[in-house]
Amino acid sequence: MSTTTKRALPDGLPAPDQPPLTKPYWDGTRAGKLVIQRCKGCGAHQWGPEWVCHRCHSFDLGWEEVAPTGRIWSWQRPHHPVHQALTGFGPYTIVLVELPHAGNVRMVGNLICEPTAPVEIGAEVEAVFEPHDEADPPYTLVQWRLKD
Amino acid sequence: MSERTLRGKVAIAGIGETTYYKHGQSPDAEFKLALQAILAACDDAGIDPKEVDGFASYGDDRSDAPRLAAALGIKELRFSNMHWGGGGGGVAASVANAAAAVHSGMANCVIAFRSLAQGQFARYGRSRLGAAAMGDDAFLAPYGLISPAQRFAMKITRFMSDHGIRHEALRAIAMASYHHAQSNPRAVMYGRPLTEEKYDASRWIIEPFHRLFDCCQENDGAGAVLVVPADRAKDLPHKPTYLLGTAQGGHHRSAAPVHNAPDYASAHFPTVAKNMWAMAKLGPQDVDVVQAYENFTGGVLLSLVEHGFVDPKKANEFLVLENLLAPSGKMPMNTSGGNLAECYMHGLEMVNEAVRQLRGTANNQVAGAEVVAVLGGPMVTPVSSLVLGTEATL
Repeated sequence: MSTTTKRALPDGLPAPDQPPLTKPYWDGTRAGKLVIQRCKGCGAHQWGPEWVCHRCHSFDLGWEEVAPTGRIWSWQRPHHPVHQALTGFGPYTIVLVELPHAGNVRMVGNLICEPTAPVEIGAEVEAVFEPHDEADPPYTLVQWRLKD
Repeated sequence: MSERTLRGKVAIAGIGETTYYKHGQSPDAEFKLALQAILAACDDAGIDPKEVDGFASYGDDRSDAPRLAAALGIKELRFSNMHWGGGGGGVAASVANAAAAVHSGMANCVIAFRSLAQGQFARYGRSRLGAAAMGDDAFLAPYGLISPAQRFAMKITRFMSDHGIRHEALRAIAMASYHHAQSNPRAVMYGRPLTEEKYDASRWIIEPFHRLFDCCQENDGAGAVLVVPADRAKDLPHKPTYLLGTAQGGHHRSAAPVHNAPDYASAHFPTVAKNMWAMAKLGPQDVDVVQAYENFTGGVLLSLVEHGFVDPKKANEFLVLENLLAPSGKMPMNTSGGNLAECYMHGLEMVNEAVRQLRGTANNQVAGAEVVAVLGGPMVTPVSSLVLGTEATL
């Protein structure tokens, strides 16, 4: 597991709400693990969290740890600050990361890179856990960096 | 069993709009703007506003039907309808829902409308989030993915990359809207032309495909149309414009959470467009004028592709300015200036423009226009589209 104390974005952005539906994911990230929903009925991976399996309609959804690696499915680099915490900051890079070993579910995070670095669709990436210990409740974000 | 269709069953008898303002510039409250547009549509149709018996809107419009009915002294409210979904995804659906009410006999005379005063209320391009991000936003906002442009940008990046489409294709879409606005005095961008140089020099909102001019304005104003049974429209002042086909919704799991739609690089029209063309008994080749909702130019590209107007393999060659201009381009598009340059009235202004083209009264008239398509706000779910036509198309 890889963690970082250097944050991808300035402090002051909204913190994630952690209701019962999504709590296992946030508990996982606190422990440096990437866990996502997996149906106990049919085995389908599912992301984001939902109460029912979209494939077999089972409500018996479990949570499974998956390898914290993936590949860039798409990306964007915002310049315009849409939140006051981002004023004077940026550009920064957002990636949509596909997890081929987990039913091709996709996750959104920041790519840790220079703001002018080229970004390539299909590039292999690995998760970097970014703790926000001072928050109440504390939470950990999942960022991404290119695999060596 | 008789065919279940709205084709030729209802008509838009009247159109109305307020003065269009830059965001925050309206001297009037949002609800007053709604009233002005609705009264203008009734006046245009030659129908007493007290005969209106229904209201349909979308995008969480704040001017609610019961208040409108009370304010206008409506004799009897028979239909009130709010279409789910944000932005302009529901623009065609609001007309369709009004049409369904009229054709089914639930109501006789229904207004579809949109009112927006972003000075009175909040803007879309700035965060309205609190300290905690809820629902889908919990997985997006902490990463700085907050605004509508950011919600859609990665669809565009992937589609453009997959098909090798250049930013110049999007520039042509933006320039067509600005070009048409220069001869439309209603347009907010009237007298403010856009050149290639100005577009290319404009600042990045989001790399790699969203410069400033790829993004819609935010505006204040209101627009409305009046929907009546087809046979009634024949006795009213204007040449009737008939609804030929319409559909709304989204394809398989297009609203899947946290950017997990299986067909992600999409405007979400594949099934909607198919259903609309099937009802209309027409295809893209039959359309004289296209009104394609621009939230962002990349969304217009996806929307045109999914309705069959543009082959992605030929997008670089086809999406050039001259092809998109009235009166004689191959595909005149956004002929009043659209969301980018007439007014961001969540596409209602495009329905009004479609009616003007079919009446032959548009500022940038396409001669002999018989069929006009209105492609509603792309990339949200539900999306919606419609096709209107003259009596000759029935």
